[in-house]
Amino acid sequence: MAINAARNDLASGGIFVAFGAYFVLEAMTYEFGTPLRMGPGFMPVVLGAILVLLGIAVIFKAFARPEEEARRPVPWRGIVLVLGTIVFFAATIRGLGFIPVVLVTAFASAMASRNNRWLSAAIIAAGLCVLCLAVFVVGLGLIVPLVGPWLRF
Amino acid sequence: MDLISSLGLGFSVALDPINILYCFIGVLLGTLVGVLPGIGPTATIAMLLPITFSLPAETALIMLAGIYYGAQYGGSTTAILINLPGESSAAVTAIDGYQMARNGRAGPALATAALGSFFAGTVATFLLAAFAPPLARAALSFGAPEYFSLIVLGLLVSIALAHGSVLKALAMIVLGLLLGMVGQDIYTGTPRFTFGLRELFGGLNFVSVAVGVFGIAEILRNLEDETERDVGIRKVTNLWLTREDFRRIVWPVLRGTGLGAVLGVLPGGGHVLSAFASYSAEKRLSKTPREFGKGMIEGVAGPESANNAAAQTSFIPLMTLGIPAHPVMALMIGAFILQGITPGPNVINQQPALFWGIIASMWVGNVLLVVLNLPLIGLWVRMLSIPYRVLFPAIVVFAAIGTFSINQNIYDVYAIAFFGIVGYALIRFGCEPAPLLLGFVLGPLLEEHLRRAMIISRGDPSVFVTRPISATLLALALLAVVIAVLPSIRRKREEVFVEED
Repeated sequence: MAINAARNDLASGGIFVAFGAYFVLEAMTYEFGTPLRMGPGFMPVVLGAILVLLGIAVIFKAFARPEEEARRPVPWRGIVLVLGTIVFFAATIRGLGFIPVVLVTAFASAMASRNNRWLSAAIIAAGLCVLCLAVFVVGLGLIVPLVGPWLRF
Repeated sequence: MDLISSLGLGFSVALDPINILYCFIGVLLGTLVGVLPGIGPTATIAMLLPITFSLPAETALIMLAGIYYGAQYGGSTTAILINLPGESSAAVTAIDGYQMARNGRAGPALATAALGSFFAGTVATFLLAAFAPPLARAALSFGAPEYFSLIVLGLLVSIALAHGSVLKALAMIVLGLLLGMVGQDIYTGTPRFTFGLRELFGGLNFVSVAVGVFGIAEILRNLEDETERDVGIRKVTNLWLTREDFRRIVWPVLRGTGLGAVLGVLPGGGHVLSAFASYSAEKRLSKTPREFGKGMIEGVAGPESANNAAAQTSFIPLMTLGIPAHPVMALMIGAFILQGITPGPNVINQQPALFWGIIASMWVGNVLLVVLNLPLIGLWVRMLSIPYRVLFPAIVVFAAIGTFSINQNIYDVYAIAFFGIVGYALIRFGCEPAPLLLGFVLGPLLEEHLRRAMIISRGDPSVFVTRPISATLLALALLAVVIAVLPSIRRKREEVFVEED
């Protein structure tokens, strides 16, 4: 399993390098300033460079000292459905309105679990919709159309 | 103002019926999320931040604090009943608590946890009241260099206490600091890393980051392997402790309280560390160390007192310096800021009612926990059987609506998805999420104080080592890193944290 554990370090190191590099490159376009009057680019460039170095160090460690770790399955279905519903929520809450969006969001994220079937997910969605209406719209006075402009005729 | 009259003021705030009500709601919700799997106090407080918007500052913070220590308490209930700690600090409680439950002594184990927590909470609350004012006074003399060094110290100590790779923890902090830079620059107004989106000019929303990294990432992790948990114990009878039990728990409770109160002040997870420290201390001091792990009441009393004491004293750096000790405290800073209050040494003078009200409410909250939760234990046991497949869609929906309702900003919701996937990937590859959130909160402060310090010193970086307080703080920070990477300590650290996973 040594290769797999090293892969963990490789991947996290890679993420750090990528983020660090993005911040450095983007911050280069801002004014760097002098130590006395630091510009908006100063901290991001310095910190981004540190992050790149730390990422490289993590990658080196991946080769130097692989640790053992059990391989876990990737929950593709969960990733797609859960993240997809959040993006869907953001994209449509203004257009479709509260009730349809919450129903779809709750239903789709419930389907992310292998233990939920169509019927159980539908029941969860209906229940959550009522609960969220009570808590956010009635209880907290969230101002949002219940049925949005896209669905009005 | 002396301590007694200050506490009097505090209690007059805390005993206001509305505040008692919200304190009650807070501890109830806290216990609930402590009991429920897959959702911790960090994600809960993040989701409830928008709800507390409309409340007065005292009420909002009292409720949020209640969620935090309520969760500590609820976590130990699941640890004892089903050997699954709802909260990382309750992991130690599970060792002997669950064995006690299997021996038919679930009642006394729960009662011990409750009494130990209550006692520790009471003592730690008074310590907080006694030590916070002088510390705040000392902090008032801090200038920009001292604050910069203090933030560096806080960030680095949190690595020493996190488990896992020091390198990765450092990288997570730096990543958090960088994410904190998104938005308009404070001095020049230049928009940074905003992709030209006006919605990002104010910076990334704190709630999005916290909900994504602690809520959504956790859901994805749980979806890797879906096994519903089995509640073995459905009925708890006989909560009373015998005279013998009382005699056995007195010293562990006292020692645990002391350890927890001291370690809780440390950044990074003092409550987890203190529970482990207390357990190993009890084991070492016991005449029958071999009995530990088989249902020793001391093994429940010590750690439970320790983690509760630490939960209370971790408010000290927050209330006096405005520096969070761990992610939940970072969220509390967010709550202060949402209410238009800058947390720091000035709070005690400018908002004495708020300051003392929160402290007094902690004691009130601890009373509520004991009075309500022991009788309600049956309800919590029933809560345990809520299946995860019903629970997590609720978390997803609440997270999305709650975050949206803060500013009606859809980019805040997109950010949840982004931080959910990034957080999940990093956690999967062996990184701890807590340092990232601490870095994110402290990033803007760090930059502001660094730039201000450099202006004051006319561009001379030696200001950080020539001013005595700043130099001491930086030396301590260096020490923390050295200790964390020393091989002997590292092995010990791995040993201490190994039981948690």
